[in-house]
Amino acid sequence: MYKYDTYDQQMVDTRVAEFRDQARRRLDGSLSEDQFKPLRLMNGLYLQLHAYMLRVAIPYGTLDSRQMHALADIADKYDRGYGHFTTRQNIQYNWIKLEDAADILADLAKVEMHAIQTSGNCIRNISSDHFAGAAADEVADPRPYAELLRQWSSFHPEFSYLPRKFKIAVIASKKDRAAMRLHDIGIRIVKRDGALGAAFYVGGGMGRTPMIAPCIREFVPLDQLVTYAEACLRVYNRHGRRDNKYKARIKILVHELGAEEYTRQVEEEFALLLEQGVEPPLAELERIKTYFEEPLFADAAADALDRSDPDFALWADRNTVPHKTAGYVSAVVSLKPPGGIPGDATAEQMRLMGDLAKDYSCDELRVMHTQNIVLPHVRTADLHTLWTALDAAGLGSPNLDTVEDIIACPGLDYCSLANARSIPVAQKIATRFADSGKTAQLGELKLKISGCINACGHHHAGHIGILGVDKKGVENYQLSLGGSEAEDVSLAKITGPGFDEDGVVDAVDTVTQVYERERRDGERFIDTYRRIGMTPFKEALYG
Amino acid sequence: MKILTGNDLKTGAVTWWTGSDWSLHVEDAVDVTGSEEEIARREEAARRVNVPYAIAADLHEGSPRPAHIKDRVRALGPTVRPDLTLKPADPDIGNWVI
Ligand code: SF4
Repeated sequence: MYKYDTYDQQMVDTRVAEFRDQARRRLDGSLSEDQFKPLRLMNGLYLQLHAYMLRVAIPYGTLDSRQMHALADIADKYDRGYGHFTTRQNIQYNWIKLEDAADILADLAKVEMHAIQTSGNCIRNISSDHFAGAAADEVADPRPYAELLRQWSSFHPEFSYLPRKFKIAVIASKKDRAAMRLHDIGIRIVKRDGALGAAFYVGGGMGRTPMIAPCIREFVPLDQLVTYAEACLRVYNRHGRRDNKYKARIKILVHELGAEEYTRQVEEEFALLLEQGVEPPLAELERIKTYFEEPLFADAAADALDRSDPDFALWADRNTVPHKTAGYVSAVVSLKPPGGIPGDATAEQMRLMGDLAKDYSCDELRVMHTQNIVLPHVRTADLHTLWTALDAAGLGSPNLDTVEDIIACPGLDYCSLANARSIPVAQKIATRFADSGKTAQLGELKLKISGCINACGHHHAGHIGILGVDKKGVENYQLSLGGSEAEDVSLAKITGPGFDEDGVVDAVDTVTQVYERERRDGERFIDTYRRIGMTPFKEALYG
Repeated sequence: MKILTGNDLKTGAVTWWTGSDWSLHVEDAVDVTGSEEEIARREEAARRVNVPYAIAADLHEGSPRPAHIKDRVRALGPTVRPDLTLKPADPDIGNWVI
């Protein structure tokens, strides 16, 4: 894992001191709310529906047990004993007091964490594959590149006031586990003729105008990675629609200019930048890479699992994925107990996950954008012990990528921008399928719920998507089908008129019945939908 | 009726104007129709409240109930965590919100 050097630490400590002074001046009245708001937002502090909310960055979703413990301590000391893991691989606290905020940032700084650039029109926390460094199918660990870009984008003076927020994802495998093409810039590390390079996808996003990013360059040499990213940002910064908030994201610029013209301008800028030599020396990338060297994996033969406990066998089959090293797997800790709040974890659960990571996963954890936690490097031989501890703490649900593994944004229960509640809908759907025992037989089914058009719950990319809308002051839910954020990326289409809360739960049940009736051998829900189209689902829903 | 709400500057807690002070409980809110701007300006200047604004409400069993669901969730707390709401012991409080 990356460790701060003295520059990193100094930057973060200085920002804490600066914010402490700003908060003090707000509390004593020297600063008005209008003056203070942009300052607190630069430090991830929002004013939400019930209180201040603090969003803490977890770079590319990677953290160690010491950091997880610190997050748990913050939940206990300053919040109400829990936190919410988000679709940006971050964590949010819902009940923060302004008078405590600087102390929290200081506590974070002690464990090399912060809340900088988790809000505002800047380059946000860079996300990545939650199985990075462990996945059998990656060409390289994508995190050193994400870290290089994190350092480049932190406090970048030219990109601190972009037309709109800016999100970057970096992956390094054909499989896309980070919704890469639904980011402002998606980068895939690729191998060509034995050399590593980066494919750039620019102009994707969700929100009110969802778009899939086109590939604008298939191979950028790694010693030009930052320069190319800078060129992409420069063209956007120059021409992005600052006049209209709803048209200010880069996806609109790429769409309006056309991918070809946008690319032409980027290439022109890139040529200029190459002459200026903005690229950090390769030695810096090499320095960063040393922090991501593989842990010393035990020389383990692939241990056969003892499958005599059926509950354990079910969990091991569902919630573990192959590792690149024999004798190891990556284990997914579900934060989706049926009826629970997707992505929420108590302080005790965080501590337990931290402890288990230390004992069984080379001291590493990952936050998934699907709001679960990964223990990336677990010896097969330790799996039963691990599961026993998780299960006893309510963290052993065997439901990865199933209809119970729902992404749900905070919605109207917490978010001041929401139109409708997301969490109760997720709870009812997960409970319905868990009770009916149908979850396993439905297989992979990705269901995603957003409480408003901002789409933090990724509803456009759900095999089944649900969007909460406000219909004359009453919550209403639009259903959509056919989205995917994986390598088979697609955008979901709305089925028709919306439903009330119970109605949309029934509607999800109905579409799964159509799937069960129509599916052919081995087809996932999304495969069947793509083969038979919307009509049979519509007929079943609206008759 | 119109009632005035905002957040406590230090804690961020949702508060309601009672006619003389700020309360955590929407039941204490009073009708401010016509004087909302003046009260909001004065109270914000004195830092007794942060970003105050008026919302529409109706009388429900003698107490103000915000007209919009968002303000009712704000008044109560997250419906999915009854233990964290202002009425953790009332099993029917969800009906008041919806
Ligand atoms: S999608 Fe809307 S309701 Fe949900 S968290 Fe984002 S802004 Fe809030």
